[in-house]
Amino acid sequence: MIKRLLPLAVFFALVGLLLFGIEWNKHHEMSEVPSPLIGKPAPEFTLPLLYDSAKSLSRKELLGAPYLLNVFGSWCPTCQDEHPILTNQIKPLGIKLVGLDWKDEPDDAKRWIAQFGNPYDVLITDRDGRAGIDFGVYMAPETFLIDAQGIVRYKRIGMFTPENIRDELLPKIAKLQQSAK
Amino acid sequence: MSTQRRHIEAAPSPLSWLGGEGCDEGAGAPMWDTASNIEKRPLTLPSLPSKSRWGRGFKTAALASLLVILALTSFGTHAIDPLPFKDRAEEVRFQNLTRQLRCLVCQNQDLADSDAALAGDLRKQVFEMMRGGKSDDEIKQYLVARYNDFVLYDPPLKPGTWLLWFAPLAFVLAGAFALVRIVRARARAALAAEQPKPPTQDEDW
Repeated sequence: MIKRLLPLAVFFALVGLLLFGIEWNKHHEMSEVPSPLIGKPAPEFTLPLLYDSAKSLSRKELLGAPYLLNVFGSWCPTCQDEHPILTNQIKPLGIKLVGLDWKDEPDDAKRWIAQFGNPYDVLITDRDGRAGIDFGVYMAPETFLIDAQGIVRYKRIGMFTPENIRDELLPKIAKLQQSAK
Repeated sequence: MSTQRRHIEAAPSPLSWLGGEGCDEGAGAPMWDTASNIEKRPLTLPSLPSKSRWGRGFKTAALASLLVILALTSFGTHAIDPLPFKDRAEEVRFQNLTRQLRCLVCQNQDLADSDAALAGDLRKQVFEMMRGGKSDDEIKQYLVARYNDFVLYDPPLKPGTWLLWFAPLAFVLAGAFALVRIVRARARAALAAEQPKPPTQDEDW
């Protein structure tokens, strides 16, 4: 009897495994590559300001307070989708928001900002994408949470949504504020 | 034809719609890339002759769209920017290396093959590091430090990947074990059947 039921059991085990796979896939983005930079110092960068290319901003100058580094481009439609969320939900958090205009023409970026508004505290440009490579950026938008010591604490791949701000970003920021006290 | 045309014009890059880049799906953050694609953008459809000549039914339409697709994709193959290799050996080394590296944008393509703008940047980076005298391992390490083991087509052997590497072997062994057991059971059953007593009860299976 047991021997006869064995194939059926194997079949159901397989069905279970496949169902688990489907369920798991619903909650995980398979194309997301976890960043090896989490918990490590953010890479060095010195990049020109979008509105004054003669001046630049470096990693060192940003030390001392946590900040969000949002990688975007005027060519990126998802960044456009994310833009109102940056304005309405991220900016009110009071954390410094640095915009990294990635692989973009500065003039296009300025036009984009003029059209949609500027949620950023400061904007820097990475025209040839070198800094992006150092940060392991492979799509836009991507956002890094970097603490006061310059350590990467969190990376969001893709746009922020109210859900992942609530479930991921806010707890991470709260943790930073706790450890700062 | 007209719907197809509208489709192509609406898409940020005609190649991405035709699958020439193979990576505008997924991730919720499509990457209709940057500089290189914008340069390619003037490449729109070749202008088609007037409607009447093309209204000869499905076959002609199919042939025409095939031609259009061929024309567009063949342009796509030129998108990989030529690098100034100094000799054949350097080129071979570059090709070998970039075939072992995964494009982060088109995740089922290797770096050698991918048409994404980021892949172009990474190829350039690999090339410059080769020129800078870095070994293949150093270049791989450089990329792994930024993009994770995921950039390597062959995942490294370490505790976290044991399951990945050895599970197939475990499955083969389990299968072989089951096979041996079944064959033996059947051989026993066959032997029993040869015995003089009447074969009222055959094997279980």
